[in-house]
Amino acid sequence: MQGKGRAVCVGADIDTDLVIAGRYLRTKDHSIWVAHVFEDLDLSLAGRMNGAVIVAGKNFGCGSSREQAAIAIREAGVVAVVAPSFARIFFRNAINVGLPLIECDITCRDGTAISFDLAEGWVEAGGMKSATRPLSPKMQEILAAGGLVNYWRSHG
Amino acid sequence: MMGTLSERILGASAGEYVDRAVDRAYVHDGTGVLTLEAWKSMGAKRIQDATHLHVLFDHIVPANNSTTATLQHELREFACSSFLHFSDIGGGICHQIMSEGVVLPGEVVAGADSHACTPGAFGAFATGVGATDMAAIWMTGETWFRVPESIGIHLSGAFTGAAEAKDLALTYVSRLGMDGATYRALEFIGEGTAALPMDDRLTLCNLAVETGAKAGMFYADDFTVQYLAQAGQTVQPQKPEPCRYIQSLDFDLQDIVPVIAVPPRVDRIKPVYDLAGLPLDQVFVGTCTNGRYADLARFARIVKGRKVAIRTIVVPASRAVLQEAIRTGVLADIVEAGCSIGTPGCGPCLGAHMGVLGEGEVCLSTANRNFKNRMGVGGEIYLSSVATAAASALEGEISVPGVS
Repeated sequence: MQGKGRAVCVGADIDTDLVIAGRYLRTKDHSIWVAHVFEDLDLSLAGRMNGAVIVAGKNFGCGSSREQAAIAIREAGVVAVVAPSFARIFFRNAINVGLPLIECDITCRDGTAISFDLAEGWVEAGGMKSATRPLSPKMQEILAAGGLVNYWRSHG
Repeated sequence: MMGTLSERILGASAGEYVDRAVDRAYVHDGTGVLTLEAWKSMGAKRIQDATHLHVLFDHIVPANNSTTATLQHELREFACSSFLHFSDIGGGICHQIMSEGVVLPGEVVAGADSHACTPGAFGAFATGVGATDMAAIWMTGETWFRVPESIGIHLSGAFTGAAEAKDLALTYVSRLGMDGATYRALEFIGEGTAALPMDDRLTLCNLAVETGAKAGMFYADDFTVQYLAQAGQTVQPQKPEPCRYIQSLDFDLQDIVPVIAVPPRVDRIKPVYDLAGLPLDQVFVGTCTNGRYADLARFARIVKGRKVAIRTIVVPASRAVLQEAIRTGVLADIVEAGCSIGTPGCGPCLGAHMGVLGEGEVCLSTANRNFKNRMGVGGEIYLSSVATAAASALEGEISVPGVS
């Protein structure tokens, strides 16, 4: 899987409460999550998500298992999230909803062009190419299917 | 098989990927809604095996508005018509109910909630998953795992003074950091574990996810066997085998002092003494961390015959906890001290209903998360033990607990 987008930098240890607050969870209307994504971190972020590659510090997605966090990011138009490490439940959730995650420690500058190729295992930011940690074969299969729902639709 | 408890239960070595049947799987009213959606979208026609699936309402109980009520209605109808084990409002917190004689040593347990690491206290491999992973478990009865490396947390000695399991939990989280155990499991071992009651073990396993850990586990011992026997379950203890820990930590319980986690990080702790005098607006005692009977009894011992100085919300973790507190008079002591009692469940922990904080308000909570805005926009959450919460509720400010 390949992709490209503009870098949007966020910090380390971003918890899923910051991605989508508990007060917005009780709905099945995904547009509410998109409208309020990252609201408690930075009000300006929701408007900059379409076509973005989020570049985060370590431990992105820690805290609550709420899958709405991964759905909100994907449906806001984010192409991928790059971070040196991800919290493990978020990691599974993101792949399961078809949001590519790239485990790699890169320097972030807002607006920098970022491209990546998951199969070849690299990410390029501002002309600097870095090797990424590969996803497990099972996760690659799930992501290639577009998420776990589609995976089971074709395997079930 | 030799190895860590995770390796023995999952039947493979650390680093390997396995597909494993799930012995117990559970969702709550929050994650269950998305699980049901995902399960329907997968084209599933039937539940693989309803006998090991649980739906437990605990997050917003009773429903706070008609949107929540409608979502809960749909999930309740599904759970009952598909013969899943169902616990309605007032039953209590999912992790607590699963810890009242449901989860057994050696089981593989998946819960659609990050604190599903809690019943690892029984020697089970218990871990949190998201809603779509859970939907696949409903459909197939199994899921994939990467067998984690384990961190050995060696305990010796016994608590002294006012220190309790929560203080140790916050201390080990601080030592490891919020991602210090990501993709790993914590195993609590050593002679200091033998005297820890199940309630303490559950508190210690509950905080494992705050270090990023996949699981937190105790080996089932004589205490575990006795506890489960009271719940009508006959089980065998587990014996530790030689194994390799990727990292080891040592704690002498007598060195543990009362601490508080300062917002917005669970791993940023200070001795209670350093924060004494900080004014509070609310105290909250409860949750999957500290809402068990021993917690309510400890709280009652301290506030009995006195009055709390600020609004104080006490929420039992389950109906069984509430019933025990009624039977022993603990509940009466708490109510007479001026506290409000909530429906068994998660209470205000997640900031979605009852007990939400206002702008600029400060809450001392026995929960497990103090993230920015979690209990209300502009509110701040300090995390402590039950004894510290009780002492502070009486004074209206953070106060050092006395020796009880």
